[in-house]
Amino acid sequence: MTSTQTAARPGALTPETVTDDDVAVVGFCQSPSVRRSYSTTNGTEMLVPIFQQIYKDLGITRRDIGFWCSGSSDYMSGRAFSFISSVDAIGAVPPIDESHVEMDGAWAMYEAYVKLKTGETDTALAYGFGKSSAGNLRRTLALQTDPYVVAPLWPDSLALAGMQARLGLDAGLWDEAAMAEVAARSRRDAVGNPAAQFAGFRAPDGTVTDDVTAEQLLAQPMLADPLRRHDIAPVTDGAAAIVLASGRRAFALCDNPAWITGFEHIIDSAELGGRDLTTAPSAAEAGERATGGDVAGITMAELHAPFTHQELILRSALGLDGAADAVAINPSGGPLTGNPMFAAGLQRIGNAARAVIDGGADRALGHATSGPLLQQNLVCVLDGRR
Amino acid sequence: MSKNLAAVLGTGQTKYVAKRHDVTMGALCREAIDRALADASVTLDEIDAIVIGKAPDLFEGVMMPELPTADALGAVGKPLFRVHTAGSVGGSTSIVGGKMVQSGIHRKVLVVAWEKQSESNAMWALSIPIPFNKPVGAGAGGYFAPHVRSYIRESGAPEHVGAIVAAKDRRNGALNPLAHLHQPDMTVESVQQSQMLWDPIRYDETCPSSDGACAMVIGDEASADASVAAGRPVAWIHATAMRTEPTWFSGRNQVSPQAGRDAAAALWKQAGITNPLEEIDAAEIYVPFSWFEPMWLENLGFAEEGQGWKLTESGATALDGKLPVNASGGVLSSNPIGASGMIRFAEAAIQVTGKGGAHQVQDARKALGHAYGGGSQYFSMWVVGADKPATAGKAEA
Repeated sequence: MTSTQTAARPGALTPETVTDDDVAVVGFCQSPSVRRSYSTTNGTEMLVPIFQQIYKDLGITRRDIGFWCSGSSDYMSGRAFSFISSVDAIGAVPPIDESHVEMDGAWAMYEAYVKLKTGETDTALAYGFGKSSAGNLRRTLALQTDPYVVAPLWPDSLALAGMQARLGLDAGLWDEAAMAEVAARSRRDAVGNPAAQFAGFRAPDGTVTDDVTAEQLLAQPMLADPLRRHDIAPVTDGAAAIVLASGRRAFALCDNPAWITGFEHIIDSAELGGRDLTTAPSAAEAGERATGGDVAGITMAELHAPFTHQELILRSALGLDGAADAVAINPSGGPLTGNPMFAAGLQRIGNAARAVIDGGADRALGHATSGPLLQQNLVCVLDGRR
Repeated sequence: MSKNLAAVLGTGQTKYVAKRHDVTMGALCREAIDRALADASVTLDEIDAIVIGKAPDLFEGVMMPELPTADALGAVGKPLFRVHTAGSVGGSTSIVGGKMVQSGIHRKVLVVAWEKQSESNAMWALSIPIPFNKPVGAGAGGYFAPHVRSYIRESGAPEHVGAIVAAKDRRNGALNPLAHLHQPDMTVESVQQSQMLWDPIRYDETCPSSDGACAMVIGDEASADASVAAGRPVAWIHATAMRTEPTWFSGRNQVSPQAGRDAAAALWKQAGITNPLEEIDAAEIYVPFSWFEPMWLENLGFAEEGQGWKLTESGATALDGKLPVNASGGVLSSNPIGASGMIRFAEAAIQVTGKGGAHQVQDARKALGHAYGGGSQYFSMWVVGADKPATAGKAEA
């Protein structure tokens, strides 16, 4: 990645030097990723336990939260105003200062970040939820395309991703082995993540092993040529919540807050024939702005790539390519082992923040995507600033 | 009050009609965008981010329509953000866009809200049965009629008060060239003779179904100062507030919800207003059914509980009254649902910048924009003023 600006790495923060303009992730919780939850499409049943957990982790109650923001999709829920019932998971009596985005929870977190940056409050909770199992996900997502000339063709999400993967294969930008390697690594890493939907390798006879190789995966049949099952994120129900705090409040809630030192999002054209689908300019630009062009020091990145080849595109766009040894990519197992729509992007940031909070990384990157074929991308850089 | 000041530099709206079959959804939005940019004398290149608001996607049958319309919106290569807070969304979208400036993150933000009701059937979208919830098979009117009846019973308001509101708003709408309905001859008597739809709400007391879009350019203090210096008045954001409460809980006051009262109290405090009736010169209040004018006058604190209808009956809310309410014609004259809240916010800005034309309120210096949504559970509101806020730079959350 070329550097157009040299952002000075922020200095260390202490309770004495912190200002209200410094915003950090202080808590994160996610529900287990499951193929099918026995709950309504409003997220309430998945959200209540994780809210309780996050309050307990931070030693707070809901009344300590100054601003709430959620991300979800009515189309996923098959109804208008699905987010109205999700507020029941909060128990908003007396009333709360609250907002909602029809986007992944990562963007809800962005709105909460903006709110903290105004100085109007110092603690916010952002959450996202999605019950992908409620309908036929690949057909539902076709309704994100142009309603007049593309959606009537019902281009399902696997078909679109297959075209994108094929373009890269034919151009020699990646091969099936590189794609399978992404899946194998994700499945191996997911073994250590109790929230993952699955991990390891499931043989045709039903035996499951923790270890999995690209060769094993490549022996499997095509599902949507050139995509095999391992190339595609599973259908997942799930939810996630993040607590943000600013200034001294962050230190009061967390010994080692994950400070947000860059937070940017950009959208690309919707014209599938009008952009180079083997690249993600909006991811590159958001990454450039969020990191100041300096990815040095980033030791782990959680990338919201619902398809194996899209991780390859994102690594290239974000300047994390070829750095597999230096940067741990999706050590949680990533979206290929659990991809709850409208929560998975927030989970990426949450996992990155947790690595900083726990001391496993000094600087981490969380990424979220939205729309067909990586159309919209968000990058959040988190620093320990010890 | 936020750390940084922000102001509306310009507004743009489409002409509201029942069906815009001549344009796509993206083109409809672009009409409002281009007008807002022209009004603000700002180019799209100067816009740092775009915030979109609209009501449920089921209203048009497109999942997250801002994605396929990114090009038409002029958003490619920029941050594009999508807010959805039910009927209050147009107001919330304005507030979120304002915060992006007030936080110091962006200098100029474009906010856009729209609805193209002709693409689908909002009544159907609102009436989908939901597990474990009371069915709303009769659309918004069926949902809200019992609240109105409850208000009439509790306040002892005479039956013609709703008709006064309807006749006033439709006559105001006739002065606004962009309003959907132009009915200059509507009278209290004619409203009372119209068909009863959801007792006690009559046909002429309900909002229309409209296609339309509204946009605003919100700029930082430096941009606003430059606009003013160049002779273009701006509407300074004096205060904003949003509040949410659940649809149902034991003891809930559905007629005058606590969330609305809390939002109003926070708003007046932030704006430094102690007597809203005396200090607000024009109010654009979300009134989709006539009786919500007196109901919201009370909820907002313009009148004591049970007394709002007296303000309406006295003529105080007419265009030449003490507190002109919905000089634009309001939601009763134009209702592209997702945009209706932003139109209230934009019309408040229009009043304090003196751009109201035939529906201009004389000497409007401070105006209220108000929106609500869901089962009267989401509230968003702002106060804009012709003068730079006296509380500049003070944080008093």
